[in-house]
Amino acid sequence: MTFDFDVIQRSLPYLWKGFQYTVELTVIAAAGGIFFGTLLALARLSSTKWLSLAASGYVNLMRSIPLVLVIFWFFFLVPLIAQSLTGAERPPQIGAERTAIITFIMFEAAYFCEIMRAGIQSIPKGQVYAAYALGLSYGQAMRLVVLPQAFRNMIPVLLTQIIILFQDTSLTYVISATDFLGAASKIGQRDGRLVEMYVFVAVVYFVISSTLSFLVKRLQKKIAVIR
Amino acid sequence: MAYNFDWGVFFQELPGGEAEYWQILLDGVGWTLAVSALAWIIALAVGSIVGTIRTTDHPWLVRLGNAWVELFRNVPLIVQLFLWYFVVPEVIPPLKRWVVASDPSTVQFLMAVVGLGLFTSARVAEQVRAGIQSLPRGQRFAAMAVGLDTVQTYRHVLLPMAFRIVIPPLTSETMNLIKNSSVALTIGLAELTFRAREMGEYTFHFFEAFTAATLIYVAISMTANRVMAFVEKKVAVPGYIAGGGK
Repeated sequence: MTFDFDVIQRSLPYLWKGFQYTVELTVIAAAGGIFFGTLLALARLSSTKWLSLAASGYVNLMRSIPLVLVIFWFFFLVPLIAQSLTGAERPPQIGAERTAIITFIMFEAAYFCEIMRAGIQSIPKGQVYAAYALGLSYGQAMRLVVLPQAFRNMIPVLLTQIIILFQDTSLTYVISATDFLGAASKIGQRDGRLVEMYVFVAVVYFVISSTLSFLVKRLQKKIAVIR
Repeated sequence: MAYNFDWGVFFQELPGGEAEYWQILLDGVGWTLAVSALAWIIALAVGSIVGTIRTTDHPWLVRLGNAWVELFRNVPLIVQLFLWYFVVPEVIPPLKRWVVASDPSTVQFLMAVVGLGLFTSARVAEQVRAGIQSLPRGQRFAAMAVGLDTVQTYRHVLLPMAFRIVIPPLTSETMNLIKNSSVALTIGLAELTFRAREMGEYTFHFFEAFTAATLIYVAISMTANRVMAFVEKKVAVPGYIAGGGK
C-alpha cells in the first residue's frame, strides 16, 4: 500500500482543534480532580466514621473498575441526573465533550485522593499538634500548615498522574468525543488514511509525554536536593 | 429519576433469540479473563527480561531497556492497540494476508493480547528494575566473591529476592491489566464492558447492565488481589521482607 502523509497537513486545523480539547480536558480534570481529591483525602482521614467510610467506598469503587466503564456510566447517568435536578421533561443533551469533563474530574478525584492522602500522612503529627497548640482550628491547621507541605511534597507524583491523565483522555474516543485521537480517527476514516493518522497521533503523544516526564524527573531531582 | 428498573432483564432473550443477556455477559467475562491472562504472561516474561537488563553494566543493554520502557509508557494504550490492529498489518504484507483470511475475533483477540501485554511489560520492567536496585549492593558483591558469573548472580541471588519484593506492586499492575483489557473493545473485542454496553443498547437497561459489569470487575479484582496475597505469603522468606512473613 502507498502512504500519503500529506493528509496530516491538510487536516491540521481540525487536528489542532481536537488537540486543544485534549489539553483543555486534561487541565480542567487535573484542577478539578486535585480539588475534589484533596477534599476526599481529608474525608478519608477524618475521625467522623461515616464520612471516612463514604469517601473510601467511593475511592475504592472508582479504582476497581475500568475507566472505559466509568465513562459509559457517566455518559448514561449525567443526563438523567441533570434531568432530575432541573425537572425537565426529557433528559437534556449534554454532549460527549462536556460529559467527559465531568467524568474525568470525578474519576481522577479518586486517584488524586490517594496521592494527597499519602502527602498528608507524610507530614509529621507534631505539626498538627503544634498548629492546634497555637490555637488554629482544624480548617486553619489544614489550610495553613498541613496541605501546603503535603502538596509540595507530592508535586512530582501529582505531575506524573497528570501525564497519565493526559494519555487517558484519549479514551473519550469510546463516546465519540472529538479529542486529538477522535479528530484524527474521524479524518482517517473519512479519507481511508487510518495508518498515517494513528502513526501521527502516536508520535505526538510520545513526544509530549516523554518530554513532560523528563521534565518531571528533573524537577524531582531538584526538589530532592532541597529536602 | 425517570428510569424503570427491571432486574429480570438479564434473563430476557437477545433480539436474535440465540441467547439470554446473562449468557453474553458471561461470554464477555471469558474474553476479559482470556485476554488478561495471556497478556499477563507476556507482560511478566518481557517485563522481567527488560527490567533485568536495565540493571546490568552493559550500557547498550541498559539503553535498549530504557528505550523499551519509554516507548510503551508514553503512548496511550488505546493508540497502541490501534497501531497493532490497524497499522502493523498494513506495514507487514504477510500479516495482512493472515488478518484478511482469519476470523475477526481471533485477530482482535491476538492483537489485544500483544498490545496489552507489551504495554504492561514496560510497567512490569519498571517494577522489576526498582526491585533489583532496592537490594543491598553487598548481595551482588557477595555473589561475585563466591565465584558466580553474571547470569548465576542474577539467577541464584538477585532475582529470587527481587521478585519477592515486587509482588505488591505487581499485584496492582495485575489489577490495572484486568481493567485495561476493557480498552480492547475499541478494536471490537466483545469483552465484558463491550457486552454490558451492548446489552444496554438493546434493552435500554443500562443501569442494570453496568451494575452487573461493575460488580464482576470488583469481584475479579478482589480475586486477583487474594491470589497475589496468597503467592506473596507462600514465597515469603521467613524473617525477611516486611509484611510478607506473616
